[in-house]
Amino acid sequence: MTFDKITLDHGSGGKVAHALTADLLLPRFGNPTLTPLNDGAVLTLGGQRLAFSTDTFTVDPLFFPGGDIGELAVNGTVNDVAMCGARPLYLSMGLIIEEGFARRDLERILDSMQRAVGAAGVDVVTGDTKVVPRGAADKLFINTSGVGVIPAGISVGAQGARPGDSILISGTMADHGMTILTQREGLSFEGDLRSDTAALNHLVERMLAVCPDIHVLRDPTRGGVGTTLNEIAQQSQTGIRLREADLPVRPAVAGACELLGFDPLYVANEGKLLAFVPADAADAVLRAMQADINGRDASVIGTVVDDHPGRVYMKTRIGGERIVDMLTGEQLPRIC
Amino acid sequence: MIERNFEAFRDPDLAKGLITQIRSRSRRPIRLMEVCGTHTVALFRSGVRSLLPDTIGLLSGPGCPVCVTAQGEIDAFVALAQRPDTIVATFGDLLRVPGSGTTLQAAKGEGADVRIVYSAVDALAFARDNPEKEVVFLGVGFETTAPTIAAAIFSARQSGCMNFSIAAAHKTVPAALGALLGRSDLKVDGLLLPGHVSVMIGVAGYRPFFNASQMPSAITGFEPTDLLMGIAELVTQIETGRPRLYNAYPRAVTEGGNPKAMALLEQVFAPADVPWRGLGRIPASGLVLRPEFERFDAFRRFDIQIVDAPEPKGCACGQILTGTRIPPECPLYKTTCSPIHPVGPCMVSSEGTCAAYYRYHQASS
Repeated sequence: MTFDKITLDHGSGGKVAHALTADLLLPRFGNPTLTPLNDGAVLTLGGQRLAFSTDTFTVDPLFFPGGDIGELAVNGTVNDVAMCGARPLYLSMGLIIEEGFARRDLERILDSMQRAVGAAGVDVVTGDTKVVPRGAADKLFINTSGVGVIPAGISVGAQGARPGDSILISGTMADHGMTILTQREGLSFEGDLRSDTAALNHLVERMLAVCPDIHVLRDPTRGGVGTTLNEIAQQSQTGIRLREADLPVRPAVAGACELLGFDPLYVANEGKLLAFVPADAADAVLRAMQADINGRDASVIGTVVDDHPGRVYMKTRIGGERIVDMLTGEQLPRIC
Repeated sequence: MIERNFEAFRDPDLAKGLITQIRSRSRRPIRLMEVCGTHTVALFRSGVRSLLPDTIGLLSGPGCPVCVTAQGEIDAFVALAQRPDTIVATFGDLLRVPGSGTTLQAAKGEGADVRIVYSAVDALAFARDNPEKEVVFLGVGFETTAPTIAAAIFSARQSGCMNFSIAAAHKTVPAALGALLGRSDLKVDGLLLPGHVSVMIGVAGYRPFFNASQMPSAITGFEPTDLLMGIAELVTQIETGRPRLYNAYPRAVTEGGNPKAMALLEQVFAPADVPWRGLGRIPASGLVLRPEFERFDAFRRFDIQIVDAPEPKGCACGQILTGTRIPPECPLYKTTCSPIHPVGPCMVSSEGTCAAYYRYHQASS
């Protein structure tokens, strides 16, 4: 795939973004730890397995219903570490601030980061601040990295899906992406849209406590559930079958998607996870999820099959069938 | 609330009943054209296609606004975006459509100020907030979007907003249907008529076309059972040999449509002969600004000509838009043309036929 300039599609989390990683990054930096492209790296140091992950956060607007960029930056990295099956412990924090940014806004964001760090039970242990001239950055960018410890006996990774596994989601889809979009564009919808940003590490602990043999954990952020499931199907060379009727979407979010021609399967989440668990453990894991505040609306949405390895199919509400492909580039609002 | 009303039209039992009805009535092989791009996507997404008997073939028609925008019009849009001190405001799905040279998205990457909006009213707000810039709204779409653009022009005139203009490339659906059915290479037995456009023009908007063609026609909504009702109606019309213009979307479409919106449209726009991708120039099938509004005409204000430009070599968008070929029959499909690097607009728009096939039609590949 050839391109001369980076476009916003390269940041969409879809096929174009994957091509950027495959064409420019892996050839230079590929190694057995990086190349599986999990949410975080799994490292063994002195006999202890660690998960290590980094993420950079840019969002417009900085404040939105349900959260702000600071909370997102803490929760995003905590979740990436937790999706390795690890207990997140430490974060780094890098701030890139545009000249002229209001102190009041910065304090508000730092306060919410402090609350998020407390809720997740992690510490910020190193950091950096840069200020750039007006126009060189859009208000505020935040990078966080996180480290966590993987308990003995836990082995989760996107290549671990096995035929027969049940696929669980921890709650409704597309809340974050549609909230940001409608805020950014000044669209208002009946019923409140709120970002779902949340740290999922405590939820993961509950789940691993009832089933240490969880095969895959992923948080479907950019690219949404549809893209994440395709990645898992490809990395584990299994097929995935979903049931449309079981996919949870809040009515207000569904309405916003209908209006703009968006498919909630491809819209970002910031406080949801997908879990692939052995079928006989599905009920126990589901109950454990539903007992957690961030898993109240958890449900089983599909299964892993032998057929069509690398592909995701969905049984529609009316009993038909369709393929669920990976997102290509950013979804763009349609004309009519 | 919109979303609550949807549920009744996704009822699996109702759908099952309609599918049984279609299966039992459909005997001879027929080809139905869904005129509207939203239908194309809905037929795939809902799984309706996978449930129809082999006797029913579905073809996509010219009802995707981005897809029928002519190459020369795209070139003119890009030229507008490349002007200094200009903000071009556009619906999102035009961004990636390739013109002869480049796309709006690439122009944006090179510094052009291109912004996505959801209505012309948003573009008018940019004009008010940026008095030192020229703000041009790219007016693409059918009778569904044109009235809102007419409203924005009225508002601009009233408020004396001098830095706002429209690059009008609107098209009207009934004129295109007439031209389409006049083609000798078209093999279509019935039409699923577009729900959104029909809300505006009403059932009456199709009468002249139907009376002339006697083509079995059903105005159809977008939920699974809407689609099935439209298809069931067409199967019945064709099997009984009794064509009619039927409104299978009565909860949204009336006989007269939306007269207020249409009156607004007619006050601001006049019919014109315009080029359609794949269909060529069709008499009275486009909308241009009437002389009393011509100061809002971006092409005139900035002296940009729409030049007829050849369509990309090998691209079958033209035949696909007229239902004479399906995407897998195009030599470029999935080879040099994909949603990442689209050659023709049918691959660009999320509602384009090729993009819909690319995303949903992989079962047999």
